[in-house]
Amino acid sequence: MDDMVSTAGLNQWIRAFAELVAENKDSLTDLDAAIGDGDHGANMHRGLQAAVAALDDTKPATASTLLNKVGMTVVSTVGGASGPLFGTMFLRMGAALGDTAEVSLTQLATALRAGLGGVVARGKAEPGDKTMYDALAPAVDALESAASTGVDKADALKLALAAAENGRDATTPMLARKGRASYLGERSVGHQDPGATTVALLMAAAIRAPL
Amino acid sequence: MKKLINDPQNVVAEALLGIEAAHPDLNVDHQHKIIYRADAPRRGKVGIISGGGSGHEPLHGGFVGLGMLDAACAGEVFTSPVPDQMLAATKLVDGGAGVLHVVKNYTGDVMNFEMAAELAAAESGAQVVSVVTDDDVAVQDSTWTAGRRGVGVTVLLEKIAGAAAEQGRSLEQVAEVARQVNANGRSMGLALTSCTVPAAGKPTFELGEDEMELGVGIHGEPGRQRVPMATAREIAEMLVEPVLADLPFTNGDKVIAFVNGLGGTPLLELYVMYNEVNRILTGHGVQVARSLVGSYITSLDMAGTSVTLLKVDDETLSLWDAPVKTPALRWGI
Repeated sequence: MDDMVSTAGLNQWIRAFAELVAENKDSLTDLDAAIGDGDHGANMHRGLQAAVAALDDTKPATASTLLNKVGMTVVSTVGGASGPLFGTMFLRMGAALGDTAEVSLTQLATALRAGLGGVVARGKAEPGDKTMYDALAPAVDALESAASTGVDKADALKLALAAAENGRDATTPMLARKGRASYLGERSVGHQDPGATTVALLMAAAIRAPL
Repeated sequence: MKKLINDPQNVVAEALLGIEAAHPDLNVDHQHKIIYRADAPRRGKVGIISGGGSGHEPLHGGFVGLGMLDAACAGEVFTSPVPDQMLAATKLVDGGAGVLHVVKNYTGDVMNFEMAAELAAAESGAQVVSVVTDDDVAVQDSTWTAGRRGVGVTVLLEKIAGAAAEQGRSLEQVAEVARQVNANGRSMGLALTSCTVPAAGKPTFELGEDEMELGVGIHGEPGRQRVPMATAREIAEMLVEPVLADLPFTNGDKVIAFVNGLGGTPLLELYVMYNEVNRILTGHGVQVARSLVGSYITSLDMAGTSVTLLKVDDETLSLWDAPVKTPALRWGI
């Protein structure tokens, strides 16, 4: 039973994500200022504060209603490219989970896989484009493989975080091929991608919550 | 930072209040930050909406009115509006003939408009067609980037497609006019100074007193290269030649020549530029059928200019000449 994730746990996850983004708002903005337009931290912060407020208002009782509410709020309040990308990720996760009060680690991994699919459908990102995909895809792989081999929840989430952080770090030498950073060409090399950084915070939030 | 503002956080909301007060022909939905025609929706007319980050005024809100846009969605400064805004605008202007979305090619804008079109189809059954502008020749390697940026052609497209919609043409016909304008137009810009985003409070990039950013984007994105300060004559060469070569425009072509100010450059200088642009075009045998000179797609307080050329036929020219009544473009009425 310990490996189940309750709706309350998912609620805590989103709140911890909002906290981590708030704590790292300025550094996210600095990363974005170097290769984008410098609003990633402020935009994500605004959207996640709104998502937390929406959770307070509506107190969703199932995994799908909770993640749908978060996704819709993020889409409606973040703007830029991050709103549709992170919003679509949460919406697809919600759609994958259905009306259940708790989900297994395997179901959570499946939901994140669906979220990743949403990010790809929306943003057309490919591996190595220097985007959030480069942190999210390895995290999903790690969580799936941990869930299928019976690793317990806490360790599985640690493996997912480590994979996301490795993926985030790997974006630094990449040449950006998507988004505003792509206009910089070679000048984008040597900078860590802000979207991938935020994905690593999402995985860190699962441990802080704890899920 | 010296700006005519009360609070950096309220710039967009307060400007919308000003637009509403100044222009009785226009309404403003303050919740969704939409400027729309007071007579919308027009039954049987294709609705045209656009939108984008604020800071490019008069684009897009200044182009709402008879013969141009039906509604414009204002995002935060340099940040795309969100799908809720375009969804609400689509519903406001849908008179049963469908709605054209005019989208500048930036990752955020494209995704947010895409989601809005999906939501509109799901919620109201409104028929939506999107046309994306991508005319900035400064972005050379578009295979490996987010593609060329939408800049000056957007202004010309909104006027020309707006006229086509006003004539009662179908959604597919209006969209085809819009696609042709994008296909036949090219632009390139140059910055003499950075811009300052109100919420940031400091210039977006550093540019020395003796330097210019050639191929700059309208959000202060870097361009092709940083070059030493030059005369208007030399600058006109740097902008017009790549634009001419890209389409390419050739001897005998008729064009609309659009010399645009980026927000901080006086009209006096734009006319100095126009004279040089006109001279170069004449030298290439390119015939200027119409001109537009002024600050129509800006980057806050950035000093600089962009040149847009649009190859036209008589049909397109008649749409360009058709009556328009908006805060920023007004003729034939």
